[in-house]
Amino acid sequence: MTWLVALPLVIPLAAAAVGALGRSGGAWQRWVSVGGAAGLLGAAIALLVEVDRVGHIVLHVGNWHAPFGIALVADRFGALMVTLTAAAGLWCMIYALREQRPGPEASGRPERPFLLPMMNFLLMGVCGAFLTGDLFNLYVWFEVLLMASFVLLTLGNTRAQLVGTLKYVVLNLLSSLTFLSAAGIVYGLYGTLNFADLGRATAVGGAGGVGASPEAMAAAVMLLVGFGIKAALVPVFFWLPASYHTPSFAVSALCSALLTKVGVYSIFRLCTLAFPLQGEALRESGVLAVLAAVSMVVGVLGAASQQQVRRILAFHSVSQMGYILMGLAIGTPAGMAAAVLFFLHHAVVKSNLFLIAGAMQERTGSNHLKDPAIAGLMRASPLLAAAFLLTALSLAGIPPMSGFAGKLGLIASGVDAGAWWLVGIAAGVGLLTTFSMVKIWSEAFWREPGGEAAADGHGAVTPAAAGSGGLGLMLGVPVALAGLTLVMGVAAGPLAAMCTRAGAQLADPSAYITAVSPKRASEVNAAGAAAEAGGERPVGNASGGETGRAAP
Amino acid sequence: MSLVLSITVGVLFATGVFLVLRRSVLRVVIGLALISHGANLLIFVAGGVARVAPPVAAAGTTAPPTQHADPLPQALVLTAIVISFGVLAFLIALVSRICQPDAAGQVADDTDQYAEVRP
Repeated sequence: MTWLVALPLVIPLAAAAVGALGRSGGAWQRWVSVGGAAGLLGAAIALLVEVDRVGHIVLHVGNWHAPFGIALVADRFGALMVTLTAAAGLWCMIYALREQRPGPEASGRPERPFLLPMMNFLLMGVCGAFLTGDLFNLYVWFEVLLMASFVLLTLGNTRAQLVGTLKYVVLNLLSSLTFLSAAGIVYGLYGTLNFADLGRATAVGGAGGVGASPEAMAAAVMLLVGFGIKAALVPVFFWLPASYHTPSFAVSALCSALLTKVGVYSIFRLCTLAFPLQGEALRESGVLAVLAAVSMVVGVLGAASQQQVRRILAFHSVSQMGYILMGLAIGTPAGMAAAVLFFLHHAVVKSNLFLIAGAMQERTGSNHLKDPAIAGLMRASPLLAAAFLLTALSLAGIPPMSGFAGKLGLIASGVDAGAWWLVGIAAGVGLLTTFSMVKIWSEAFWREPGGEAAADGHGAVTPAAAGSGGLGLMLGVPVALAGLTLVMGVAAGPLAAMCTRAGAQLADPSAYITAVSPKRASEVNAAGAAAEAGGERPVGNASGGETGRAAP
Repeated sequence: MSLVLSITVGVLFATGVFLVLRRSVLRVVIGLALISHGANLLIFVAGGVARVAPPVAAAGTTAPPTQHADPLPQALVLTAIVISFGVLAFLIALVSRICQPDAAGQVADDTDQYAEVRP
């Protein structure tokens, strides 16, 4: 069944390539793209079920066995993330079916050619990043998904988009280069790039152990910085609020559901699997906890100061990344499990809020809370108001929605681990989150329309912009997702059990390491020295006896 | 040899960071290009530089010479060069699109469109 691991890469690639052959926005492109996303979801669920049964599925690409070749590895965490990616891709694409067409003149919705195939390319990159077991391969998948996201962010070609994308490209390129340099240093130090092999090398601590050397810490911190930029953690988050409010709403939703997750996911892998001792040191010295806390607080304060719906949501993403990192900062299996649950919850809720913002724009022609046109949505579209209310309460962590289950897990594990100040901050930030959600609610939904607009005379919305027709899928998808967050909260049991199993795997990577490469590269080398090709150690490698990669 | 290359890496990174911190967008792009060259060279140096035989088995033998170069850093650098080339090409296209003057020959100022309350 190892081929199951390759399916989440093959299906989106095929769907994107075949879909791009059709006319932009035509029936062929729509059916192939959405069908591809649905097929990806089916494959992801099959993978998840199988992984949950056996623990790990490893595919050695080209039959070059790890640590020499590239391994695709699915453990429970990875498989859950792939399933989430597929689901988010599907709902965003269904929503985008309407958004890819140019809107009426006044709505300001430009044509976005090839939106759906590019979304499939993005899904391929994200799935690859979640499944790879190799550091350099992770860099390549990062670039695949970044390239797709560059194009997605610029589709529509408005000036605001181009300027936003410029900031996005420059900062993400810097992060990639940091990551790339760190990968080079890691290869120089350990002669291996395979996560499992690397984990085995760096786990040797104590005097003389390579894991305790300052170089290992330097490499780990460089990786942390690179991943931290992708994850939009606080000192380095500026690209996110600068760019997420500009593209099409479906793209905002898809990016917010997936891109920052890839960064945080990589930090989890870095601190638990590839550099366990360094991860431990970062946790014990409180670096991770401080990063988490500062992200939570700064993100939510940024959100409180904004008046534009998508900017509020973008700042909240920063804040929520802090919550996920809090699970890692706590570091117990329960904390990791809660973080995994929070991953799932946040992707559903945050992308749904972006989609609702899109429906608000479609209905009223505005996305700014001080704009009189946006008022009175409660009456104009009660169903949308209900969907927003459920989702916003879920983001704030009110029971019985999924946010409550996620935050409860984090706070409970934090209390168990004695991280009181972190727990206090998390609870306080939850309150501030409620505040900025209430701000959107009271300005856009509850406020009576027409008051200020009548006063200054020119605030009335142009009828063409206030999409007089039904919202169709732009309403259906948010309502379905609001239902999903409710179900995830009410029936959290099976999901939480799954996350607990994933968290246990994260906390103890030994099974992962054994599944991927039973032997250390140097042992393999020593054993094969007399035998056939590849026995000789390449002298070019600076790492002496620790050389991992021989010429195959 | 490694020392010379290491110093080159340092110079590339330093110049690149200096340029990225400038206000001109074009300098930022050039700075990023220099940093990406620095990163590529860093992988090469970290992988070890030595004057030895290429990792190719001669005709009739099954193994390359005993002393042979490590092919992997070269493969990594090649991949990284291709990727950074693509990203930089995109970035240059983006910058040229942003800096395109309008009919009046003016490049629009980058004001924050949401800074002021609409309308």
